[in-house]
Amino acid sequence: MNLLDFARGAAMKWSIAIFLFGMLWRLFGILLLRRTHDYSEPRVHAAGLGALQGIIRRSWPRREFQARTAYGVTVSYVFHIGLAIIVFGFVPHILFIRNLIGVGWSGLPGGIIYFCAVITLVALVMAIVRRLTHPVLKLLSNFDDYFSWFVTAAPVVTGLLAAAHYGARYETLLAVHILSFELLLVWFPFGKLMHSVLLFFARGQTGAVYGRRGAST
Amino acid sequence: MSKDDSIGESLRKQGISRRAFMKFCAATASLLALPPGMAAVMAETLSRARRPSVIYLSYQECTGCGESLTRSFSPTLENLMFNVMSLDYYETLQAAAGTAAEEARKTAMKENWGKYLLVVDGAVPVEHDGAYCTIAGESAVDILTEAVKGAAAVVSVGTCAAFGGIPHASPDPTGAVAVSRIVKDKPVVNVSGCPPVPEVITGVLAHYLTFGSLPELDHLGRPKVFFGETIHDRCYRRPFYDEGKFAKTFDDEGARNGWCLFELGCKGPVTYNACPTVKWNQGTSYPIQSGHGCLGCSEPDFWDKGGFYQALSTGTWSGGAVLGAAAVAGAAIGVGAAIVSRRRHAHSDKEKHS
Repeated sequence: MNLLDFARGAAMKWSIAIFLFGMLWRLFGILLLRRTHDYSEPRVHAAGLGALQGIIRRSWPRREFQARTAYGVTVSYVFHIGLAIIVFGFVPHILFIRNLIGVGWSGLPGGIIYFCAVITLVALVMAIVRRLTHPVLKLLSNFDDYFSWFVTAAPVVTGLLAAAHYGARYETLLAVHILSFELLLVWFPFGKLMHSVLLFFARGQTGAVYGRRGAST
Repeated sequence: MSKDDSIGESLRKQGISRRAFMKFCAATASLLALPPGMAAVMAETLSRARRPSVIYLSYQECTGCGESLTRSFSPTLENLMFNVMSLDYYETLQAAAGTAAEEARKTAMKENWGKYLLVVDGAVPVEHDGAYCTIAGESAVDILTEAVKGAAAVVSVGTCAAFGGIPHASPDPTGAVAVSRIVKDKPVVNVSGCPPVPEVITGVLAHYLTFGSLPELDHLGRPKVFFGETIHDRCYRRPFYDEGKFAKTFDDEGARNGWCLFELGCKGPVTYNACPTVKWNQGTSYPIQSGHGCLGCSEPDFWDKGGFYQALSTGTWSGGAVLGAAAVAGAAIGVGAAIVSRRRHAHSDKEKHS
């Protein structure tokens, strides 16, 4: 068995199993927590609308903070959108998803994907440079922040290297790329990458509470 | 034609002109991607060289490699056999049979001890003392071990000989192994493929006959000149891969338009061979050109690397039970954690109100 066989076989199986295990653990563990009863009279009854407003409005900084947060918000949006295009637009990735859950769709040309990957990587580098140089961010950051960045950036870097056939034989680069993604899967439920799921619950919950009270979300 | 004749003498005796011989050398040098000047060197070397003895052994194989070898066009097998080398033993092509055939092999080995080129086709079974493949009462592994002692070099033709191939595929009941697992003290070149491109087989033989050495090899013992690039990199359908145009089935519009076969399981991106450049049947076509994805047949264990029609980016694992167990365990621990938390809160509330 070579490295690619390992990446496509046992490593993939166990990384998906750990991902599933961790995701369900975190989601059940958080969503089944007891909620504090709000005995006040609701001013607005459409709590769902408040939740939706909370998710949407908190995805963009308020006007008074825009100037201060413009760099972080822009860089974050660029690499999040870039990652989404790469993951859901590249045909080999779509085939992986289709093989796993049975749902597929049309992909984008390789050139667009490679362009997005380069932009994404630049944005990721800008994000980590800011984290390493900003005095407050630096103080707030811990291993989770840096390792989550690493497991996010690694598949982008290894994917670009595989596409360019740079640094090693293609099958080795492909294996390393798949393994780097599997590392991301393993880390995903247990680190800050979980924000990509939990943010909707967190913002929705806050939005629903504020909505019920008639406050601006 | 005497075996002791030089190649040049044997050619002259057959009335083959210098011009025809030079054409042969130019074609072979071109096939091996040698500099243009090497054709003249090759002609000079070959014309003075004595025709070397070649012993061709066949074990666990389907004779597909032999069929492929006989369809080489540049150089042709006939040209190699009759003009450049002395094929002294090859069960598929020789007229002799039984004891006479085995005697021919032993005589050729004795007369050319230390100098003959040993070509092996097929995997070698080692389970039960090699009982799964015997010739004239001798096991393949014993014949090979004996023949290798007097060989100058060994050429493993086909994926079975090079890497074990289909006989080695799981569950491998005969304990089939590659020739290189048995031969440790002689140079071995692997000419893999199921079957190999015929010109790759004859090209390697021609290289050895010309230079007296094996060509530069990759990490799997294959000649780099033929196995240096992936099928995908030299595939004429590669632009469609880059454009994101893929055939979804073998009879859809994409297939008719000749789009990339990656979605249909083509293993071209991880398969190294000369199929797209040298092609088959005098450069007519190769599997992808005929509308079927590459099976990756020149790579080790190609038979056990998941489905032939499964895209390369998908997994080769099967483990629904493992995933199910992981999901149940994760959900159970999550629910358990939430229950514990709720109980703590309830207990805390009780204490506050008491």
